[in-house]
Amino acid sequence: MSDTALPTESKSSFGGLNLPPWVFAVIPMVLLIAVLGLIITTNAGLGDRTTPPIETLSIENVKLPEPGIIELSIINDGPDEITIAQVMVDDAYWSFDTSSGSTLARLDSTTVTIPYPWVEGEAHAINLVSSTGVMFPVEIPVATESPKADAAGFWQFGLIGFYVGLVPVSLGLLWFPFLKSLGRTSMNFILALTVGLLIYLVVDMFGEAQEVALGVAGSFSAPLLLPLLALLTTALLFVVSNSLKKRKADGQLTVSYQIATGIGLHNLGEGLAIGGAFALGEVALGVFLIIGFTLHNVTEGIGIAAPIVRSRPKFYHFLLLALVGGGPAIIGTWIGAFVFSPLWTTIFLAIGVGAIIQVVIEVSRMVLRDHERHSEPLLTWSTFGGLTSGVAIMYATALFIAA
Amino acid sequence: MSSPSLHRRQLLQIGAGGGAVVGGIAALQHFLPAAAQTPVSTPESMPMDHSMMSDSEMEGHSSSLTVGEIDTSAMAISPEEFIQTFDYGTATVQADGTVLREWNILAIDREIEIAPGVFFPAWTYNGQVPGPTLRCNEGDLLRIHFTNGGSHPHTLHFHGIHSAYHDGVTGIGRGDILVGEEFTYEFTAKPYGLHLYHCHSTPLKRHIHKGLYGTFIINPDPVRHGDAARHRHPDYVESAIWQEYVMMMNAFDTTFDSENEVYAINSVAFHFMKHPIVIDKTRPVRIYLVNVTEFDPINSFHLHANFFNYFDTGTTLEPTLRNVDIIAQVQGQRGILEIDFSDHENGLYMFHAHVSEFAELGWMSAFDVR
Repeated sequence: MSDTALPTESKSSFGGLNLPPWVFAVIPMVLLIAVLGLIITTNAGLGDRTTPPIETLSIENVKLPEPGIIELSIINDGPDEITIAQVMVDDAYWSFDTSSGSTLARLDSTTVTIPYPWVEGEAHAINLVSSTGVMFPVEIPVATESPKADAAGFWQFGLIGFYVGLVPVSLGLLWFPFLKSLGRTSMNFILALTVGLLIYLVVDMFGEAQEVALGVAGSFSAPLLLPLLALLTTALLFVVSNSLKKRKADGQLTVSYQIATGIGLHNLGEGLAIGGAFALGEVALGVFLIIGFTLHNVTEGIGIAAPIVRSRPKFYHFLLLALVGGGPAIIGTWIGAFVFSPLWTTIFLAIGVGAIIQVVIEVSRMVLRDHERHSEPLLTWSTFGGLTSGVAIMYATALFIAA
Repeated sequence: MSSPSLHRRQLLQIGAGGGAVVGGIAALQHFLPAAAQTPVSTPESMPMDHSMMSDSEMEGHSSSLTVGEIDTSAMAISPEEFIQTFDYGTATVQADGTVLREWNILAIDREIEIAPGVFFPAWTYNGQVPGPTLRCNEGDLLRIHFTNGGSHPHTLHFHGIHSAYHDGVTGIGRGDILVGEEFTYEFTAKPYGLHLYHCHSTPLKRHIHKGLYGTFIINPDPVRHGDAARHRHPDYVESAIWQEYVMMMNAFDTTFDSENEVYAINSVAFHFMKHPIVIDKTRPVRIYLVNVTEFDPINSFHLHANFFNYFDTGTTLEPTLRNVDIIAQVQGQRGILEIDFSDHENGLYMFHAHVSEFAELGWMSAFDVR
């Protein structure tokens, strides 16, 4: 009889028990709490723990704020408490200070300040020594003073973000009138090209995010978080865009904004990379880096403009699209230079990956719908050519950056 | 100005976490004008922040030290006490006139503090590292009652002359003393000199670097060796003027990777740098120096602003080296240093390993000469 019971009934039964459904909802939870209590009180039958504590430590950030000072941001991501008993710099014990005590409970963080006369342009090796004598190495491959988060610093790094993000995206958008003059086949070629460049960005960004994720404290499982967050972002954006379409919003403009958002997050990631690099390196080195990124990102403007070719958006939309697509590069350089955090960077990049995957599908569907109307398959020589060109252009312009 | 090196590329990759984005800058960098480089900091622009240092470090003039203090109350014997303690055991004169000297040595596992806040899971003799400094006179009959209260088989292996049965080596004579077992090592004290004892169970490296070692001194008998020996024998008034210290140059591999992380004399990094040894300069100084550093083949002793005589292994009454300020010792080597500060100005005179790495990792000390 219980086999045929429907969930809508006011009574549920199990093993002959007839009780209100909420009771059956609560029973497993009560038992779970009881079992957890049992495990904790009996130590799961493992007996008293005799092994030494498991000590792990993640280095979040290394800064050289001024000559003679080294600053490390650290977090305890191990299961046990950890004490930074001593600090070794270049195989010498050295004095140090911590911002919030040298004993860190799980997931506690602190800043270690070491008054060490580091040498400009040379490498230094730091070891944080725990109370059991475990060493946590920190490398400074080339010592150079970290940028300061003052007005001059914000201006300097903001300008870099402006050149590598806002400028190229805006320039790319200026192709809009030209794109409008194109015929159906050429337009589908351009949309395919957009898909191509977006696919390049997804792959590039995923790789970058994976590298950053490896630097995140282990207990956050950042490498796992990355694809999952990306997947959820893609799904979320589909829900949002479907509900927007139901409200008869301008579908094409929505797609453009989605592309701009995805690209914006990508440019945020680029900004982080550039800011972080410049923070540790020398700004002058980056002239070619800036030129490379600027060239690289011009194509992104085309990608943003392509879906709205058939519509007549108001001019302010172009300004807004440029800002959404290119502006985050400025924020990215600031974050990268002043407050770089591997965890947040991974999260930003994961959202960016998810956002771009969503627009890749969205733009592909635009091409697909048009091809279906004309009884063509999705991939023709023209669209395949566009796809390949998109990837090729991004690859070729990337050579300016990563020779 | 030199062009940026390969390191620049590494720094960009590490800093950005985005190798694909920023890698390969090196290929472009030689196009850059030299004037575009950031100016190099000068030493003058690197003031030290003394506000960060504790008072004791200020006294030590340097931030190149460990931070904080060890808890000497939790130790079996404080470093100050250990350095001038010579354990003559329990002596009884036997019917034939020879002196029987006896000690009880217990091997026991114990965590020791080797730098402030840094603890090492040591194997110890009598709960201390180094073990007690055993001292006797040439010709004494020695009985060392050894109990293994540790967690592994151990032995007592003395440098000196004795029977194979009492050599304290795994697989030879009495061999390993297993956990819970007892054994009495017995031999006559000879030759005079500065020796050491340590565990000779296998694996040898581990049993030594875990802390099973100590100093073993046999005073020369003036009846056999003449008046020069009177300065080194407590029964003669000539010895009273000497300020004697025992120093074992040791080190600890806290990460168990066969490399040492902490160096010291008598186990505690920088202890006698922070708390210099007070010397009465009107009296001569004698140091019994033993090298038990594992992994590093050599250790050394360098004294600032002075020169000394050195008696390698202490088995001669004539110096084996005269007027030197550095001596080197291989693993297990030892020797007696005789130092005179009588003409010196008062002040701190450092002594340390002249292997700079060892010095900066803890083997750095000072005499406070008054």
